[in-house]
Amino acid sequence: MTLADASCSTVLAYAAGFAESLVCAAGSAFLAYAAPIDALWRLATLQDYNTRVVLLGATLLGVAAGAVGSLTLLRRRSLMGDALSHATLPGIALAFMVGISLGGSGKSLPLLLLGASVTGLLGVAAILAIHNLTRIKEDAALGIVLSVFFGLGIVLLTMVQQMESGHAAGLKSFIYGKTAAMLVGDAWLIGAAAAATLLGLAALFKEFKLLCFDEAYAGARGMPTLALDVILMALVVVITIVGLQAVGLILMIALLVIPAAAARFWTERMTRMTVIAAALGGLAGAVGSAISAVAPDAPSGPMIVLVATVCFVVSMVFGTARGVAWRALRRRRLSRRIDRRHLLRGLYELGEASAPRRATSQAERPWPAATRRRLLRLRSWAPRRLGAVIRRVAREGLCTTDEDRVTLTERGYKAAARLVHEHRLWELYLITHADIAPGAVDRDADAIEHVLEREMIEELERLLRQRQAVEGIAASPHPVAT
Amino acid sequence: MASLFSTSADSVVTDSLESLADESHWNGDTAVEAASAPIRAGAARAAPLENDADVPLDVHDLTVAYHRKPVIWDVGFRTPPGALVGVVGPNGAGKSTLLKAVMDLVPRASGRVRVFGKPYRRQRRRVGYVPQRESVDWDFPVDALDVVAMGLYGDIGWMRPVRRRHLALAQEALDRVGIGELARRQISQLSGGQQQRTFLARALVQDADLYLMDEPFAAVDAATERAIVELLHEMRANGKTALVVHHDLQTVADYFDYVLLLNMRVVAFGPTAEVFTSENLHRTYGGRLTLLDEATEAMRRREQAL
Repeated sequence: MTLADASCSTVLAYAAGFAESLVCAAGSAFLAYAAPIDALWRLATLQDYNTRVVLLGATLLGVAAGAVGSLTLLRRRSLMGDALSHATLPGIALAFMVGISLGGSGKSLPLLLLGASVTGLLGVAAILAIHNLTRIKEDAALGIVLSVFFGLGIVLLTMVQQMESGHAAGLKSFIYGKTAAMLVGDAWLIGAAAAATLLGLAALFKEFKLLCFDEAYAGARGMPTLALDVILMALVVVITIVGLQAVGLILMIALLVIPAAAARFWTERMTRMTVIAAALGGLAGAVGSAISAVAPDAPSGPMIVLVATVCFVVSMVFGTARGVAWRALRRRRLSRRIDRRHLLRGLYELGEASAPRRATSQAERPWPAATRRRLLRLRSWAPRRLGAVIRRVAREGLCTTDEDRVTLTERGYKAAARLVHEHRLWELYLITHADIAPGAVDRDADAIEHVLEREMIEELERLLRQRQAVEGIAASPHPVAT
Repeated sequence: MASLFSTSADSVVTDSLESLADESHWNGDTAVEAASAPIRAGAARAAPLENDADVPLDVHDLTVAYHRKPVIWDVGFRTPPGALVGVVGPNGAGKSTLLKAVMDLVPRASGRVRVFGKPYRRQRRRVGYVPQRESVDWDFPVDALDVVAMGLYGDIGWMRPVRRRHLALAQEALDRVGIGELARRQISQLSGGQQQRTFLARALVQDADLYLMDEPFAAVDAATERAIVELLHEMRANGKTALVVHHDLQTVADYFDYVLLLNMRVVAFGPTAEVFTSENLHRTYGGRLTLLDEATEAMRRREQAL
């Protein structure tokens, strides 16, 4: 499988997981709308000790999951967490059966979580075994293990519900999550696990960063890459297991992936990304479980996912590093800058063409000017667009306008001269070094010069000085269209 | 060699491959002797042990196999100190694999590697590695300075943070490769040449004695190529040794003192002037090895069918 294929199938798998989350979440959102007012009030003022504890637990869980998730996202192991959480279901059902057969109620949380861990880890081991022992690729192995373990879990759950002594109703809360089922002790457990995870992550952050970025180099420098991967997976296991009650095993992946993916839109720094992911995860955990606490029928997992999704969409649009809105804004700025360059250059070249030949110094010439109609013919500008460019350039103090005429100011003339110079240098370069015909060079130069950096212009000047003296403003290598 | 195939159920295939291997070994040695290089492949056997610590890289009888298909066979050479060694060979000749095998990144089927007289794992600090540029995701959320600082992680130690003096060292390394002003730029915003220089700086910051570089000249601009060559010369002047995988035959003679011609096995190794001949090149790139290649391929297919 090529790299492109691999990333493509990963994206598809993400999309599938995401869709699954949304469907579950939307379904239960309907249950939540009828929240009684007094319950809302009690929640907002945190009157219930139990509510406070539950909110705190869910928030801590979100923080830890967001932070760990940003690492697994960068390591491209996010779906491993999904397979792992789905694989916990048979363990939960089996642990319940064992609990019953030992004479208890079967609902001992430590026992259930132990069972969940065992089959979860078995699932991961199965993926690695399939991947390493056969020629099946990892994504296929993930799919197989995820569905088989989950299916097995459902079968076992059905069997549990048919047992005479079992009061298995509570087990379902592990599938969709239910903070209402959370006890104070459970919140403490989550808090402790989250704290331990964050500590481990902070301690090994530098090592994880290198592992995620460049595994081969990490190996060459003597880092035990396999051990680091195992530690990372262990962090995911811990978070997943303690999060089963709050978020549920189907949607646990959402807390691991969505905050991390959302955080990527805000920053180009890994440290900041991890912090932002943790914050978004915490927010999703807090708000989502609050909604669930108000409307006890609404499972908390889907609520948390919905809140996280809102965060994701907002980040995708408004994220300052890669958000869609910012990118559009930057593109608009670039196109405005290009329009400005074109106007200045056009005015300069029109003035150049109309100036009397014998006038050798600028003092003898009028500043370049042109009518709007003339400028419209120069570029395929719409009149409105031209008007906007002229207004902006005039506001900069680079040109003046009356009725129909646009005239460059002295400052505008200097700026235009520099732009023309750069443009012609680039044209010369294309003609002499890239063998582009002088007639076609204008457009090619146009496409490139707007992205030229200062150092490249210097390099251009250096290159062209060797071939011909370029002093002051270069002459146009082709007849200037006027 | 035998250890690689010891698990094979098919003794006929094993035998035939072993005889093939012997033949290739024999070919390799004669190739080197014919080139009359002063540093001979396999010379380690006869060399006195006391000056081993001066030999930057001593590879003896190295064989590596991926999924049972041998990638490099019986490779042996000793680099002299302070030499720039070009590793040249066709695609799939095992150039990258050789570097990775030296650093224990891929399991060896057989062979021995000594870096300044000791196994690699005890000399990591003295070896700087420049991986292929394509081997990482340049969209990763780090800036150039972060990447260079990764070269110091080994010195900084486990669980300790990167401090200001480490960043200063990293900045210095970026200045040395001429992109100091881009230190805080996100790495996807760097051009190909600038990315390659970032990788070089990461190896430089380690202040190693032996550098292993995988295609540093691949797809870089002319200015970067000049900068890398200058850097290599500076390294040589400081007594450092570099083993550089190189793909551009035109420049081999200009850039390197020694050449290792590799095509699964060592075709020739020695001073560029003596070894980099059209005859040796023909033997490296020519069809002499197709039989060996086909045999190993057949072997691999058979293994898969089992």
